[in-house]
Amino acid sequence: MDKANPIGPAETKALREMPAESKGFFNKQRKNDTGLNTRPPSGEKSFFQKLLQQKALVFMSIPFLLWLFIFKYLPLWGWTIAFQDFKPAKKIFDQEWVGLKHFTFLFQDEHFLRVMRNTLAMSFINLVLGFVTAIVLAILLNELRNLMFKRVVQTISYLPHFISWVVAASIISTALSSDGGIINELLLWLGLIKEPILWLGEGEYFWGILGVSEVWKNVGWNTIIYLAAMTMIDPSQYEAAEIDGAGRFQRIWNITLPGLKPVFIILLIMNIGNLLESGFEPQYLLGNGMNVDYSENLDIFVLKYGIQMGNFSLSIAAGMFKTVVSFILLFTANHIAKRLGEERLF
Amino acid sequence: MAKTSDSPRAHARFKSPADRIFDTLNIVFMICLMVVTLYPFLNTLAVSFNNATDSVKGGIYLWPRDFTWENYKYVFNEATIFQATFISVLRTVIGTITSVFCCAMVAYTISRPEYVLRKFVSIAFILTMYFSGGLIPNFLLIRELGMLGTFSVYIIPGLIGVFNVIVIRSFIEGLPEGILESARIDGAGEFTTFMRIVLPLCVPVLATVSLFTAVSQWNSWFDVFLYNSSYTELSTLQYELMKILQNSNSSMNSGNDYASQFASSESGANQVTPTSIRATMTIVASVPIILVYPFLQKYFVQGMTLGGVKG
Repeated sequence: MDKANPIGPAETKALREMPAESKGFFNKQRKNDTGLNTRPPSGEKSFFQKLLQQKALVFMSIPFLLWLFIFKYLPLWGWTIAFQDFKPAKKIFDQEWVGLKHFTFLFQDEHFLRVMRNTLAMSFINLVLGFVTAIVLAILLNELRNLMFKRVVQTISYLPHFISWVVAASIISTALSSDGGIINELLLWLGLIKEPILWLGEGEYFWGILGVSEVWKNVGWNTIIYLAAMTMIDPSQYEAAEIDGAGRFQRIWNITLPGLKPVFIILLIMNIGNLLESGFEPQYLLGNGMNVDYSENLDIFVLKYGIQMGNFSLSIAAGMFKTVVSFILLFTANHIAKRLGEERLF
Repeated sequence: MAKTSDSPRAHARFKSPADRIFDTLNIVFMICLMVVTLYPFLNTLAVSFNNATDSVKGGIYLWPRDFTWENYKYVFNEATIFQATFISVLRTVIGTITSVFCCAMVAYTISRPEYVLRKFVSIAFILTMYFSGGLIPNFLLIRELGMLGTFSVYIIPGLIGVFNVIVIRSFIEGLPEGILESARIDGAGEFTTFMRIVLPLCVPVLATVSLFTAVSQWNSWFDVFLYNSSYTELSTLQYELMKILQNSNSSMNSGNDYASQFASSESGANQVTPTSIRATMTIVASVPIILVYPFLQKYFVQGMTLGGVKG
C-alpha cells in the first residue's frame, strides 16, 4: 500500500483536509494557461460557484436524490391516511378527516393488544437468546486451538443465514412434522414423549420454536462481529493474566468479555430500536390457523388489515405507531448510553 | 491479525487437565453444532433424490433408499417452475449489477471531501435507515407509479441500500488519495475517475456488496407476493416454494393442497408427491447460494466488520 502511495498517510490526510480551492490550484493554473478559465483567482467562492464547478458530481448524485425522494420520503405522506377514513373510491383531497379515531380504536381492540403482546414477547425472546448464544459461540470458537477446524465450523455455521426464510421454514416444518419429523422421532427414541407432538399446531410452543429457529438461522452469522472485536484485544493482556496465574475461565471472564462490551452496547442500542420489529417472514411462513393467537405480530396485522381487508387507515395507523415507537426507543437508548459514558450509535 | 488471535495459544504447552476436558467438550459441542446445521439440508437432499412413493413410508435420513432423478425431472418440466427459475436468475443478475453500480456511484460522490452537497446527500440517505413509510404507503406508491405487474418492482424500489453505500464509502475513503489526485491532474473528469480508477480499485468491497445484494434478490418472495401475485409469468422460485409451503401448512395432510394438485396434474400421477416436490424445490432454491457463499467468506466477513464499525 505504502509503495503505491509515495505520500504517507499523514500527508494524505492533510491533503484531504485542505480546502477545496487550494486543492484545485494546479488545475486552475493549467486552465488559466490555456485561457479556458478567465475568472480571477479570488479567495472564497460562493456556494453556487462551487456547485457549478462540481457539476459532474452533482449530475452523479441528482438521479439518486430523486429516487430517494420518491421511494423513501414520498411514502411518508401516506401517513396522513391514518387520520382519515380512507375510501379508495374517493379522490385524495375528498377524504374525510377523523383525527385520532383509528389510534384510539387500536388501543381498545383486544386483537391489537394480543398482537402487541406477541410482538414484544417474540422480540424479547429473540433479543436475549440472540445475544447470549452469539456471544457464547464466539467465545467457544475463539478458544478452539485447531484453526483449520475453526474455519470449517465457521463456514458451516454461516450457511443457514444465507438461505431464505422460505427454505428455512420448509426445513423447520419438515423437522417438526408429527409424521416422521426428526424432532419427534428423536424425542420418541429417547423416551421423553409417548406420541408425536404437533409442534406447529399448538400455539403455546410457537414463541419457543421461533426463538430456536432464529438462533439456528443466525447464530453463526452473529458471531462475526464479536470475533472481529476479539482480534482487537491486546494479546499482552492475556499473557500478563497467565503469568498472574489466571485460569482459562478467568481470562474469558476478565479480558474477553469486557473486550466485547463496546460492540455489545452498539448492537444493544440498535436492537432496542428494533423492539417492535419482531420479524415478519418466519412468523408469516410458520404461522397457521392453529397457532395464530401466538404467531400473529404487528407486521402481519398491518398486512392483514391493509392488503387483505383493505382497511388502509387502520393498517397505516398500526404501521405508523410501530415506526414512531421504534424511533423513540432508538434515541432513548442512545441517550442513556451517552449518559452512562458508553459507546453509542450516533 | 492472525497473529493476535494466536498468541494466547503460545502457552498451550502448560495444559492442565481441566483445560483438556474443556477443549474436548468444546470440540464435541462444535461437532454437534455442525450436525444440527447440516442435517436438515442433507435430509432434504436425500428425500429429493428418493422415489416419491417410497418416501411416504418414512425412515429416510441421510441417504436416499430408492435413488431417482424423477423429482428433478418433474419439477423442471413444469412450465411455471421453469419460468420462475428464469425470473429468479434474471432479477438476481440485473438487480445486483444495477444496485451495486448505483450504490458505488452514490458512495463515490459522498466520499469526495470537496463536494458541496456531501453533507446533505449523506444525511438524506442515512436518515432513511431509521424510518420507513410502511407497507401500505409503499404499496400505494408502487400502484400509483403503475409498477404493479411489472418486472421493475424487483429492481427499482430497492435500488440503493444505505448500508451498502456506507460500506463502499468507507472503502473508498481508505484508498490512497494520490491515485485519484493524479487522475484529476491528468485531466480526467469525475465520471471517468469513477469508472476507470475507483471502480477497479473497489473490487474487493464490490464483491462483498454484490454477495449481499445477490443473496437478498435470490431469496426475496415478499415483493412478488405483494405486487405481482396475480401475474404468474413474473413469479419467482422462492414464491412458488412459499405457495407450496403455505398450502401444506394450512391444510395439514388433507391431501387437497396446491402441491398435490401439482402432483396429479400430470398423467404419471403417483410418481411424485407433495413431500418430494417440496424437498426438491427446497434444494433447487438453496443450491445456488450454498455453492457460492463459502468462496466469498473472506469478503463478507470483511464487509460485516467494516459496516459494523463505521456504520
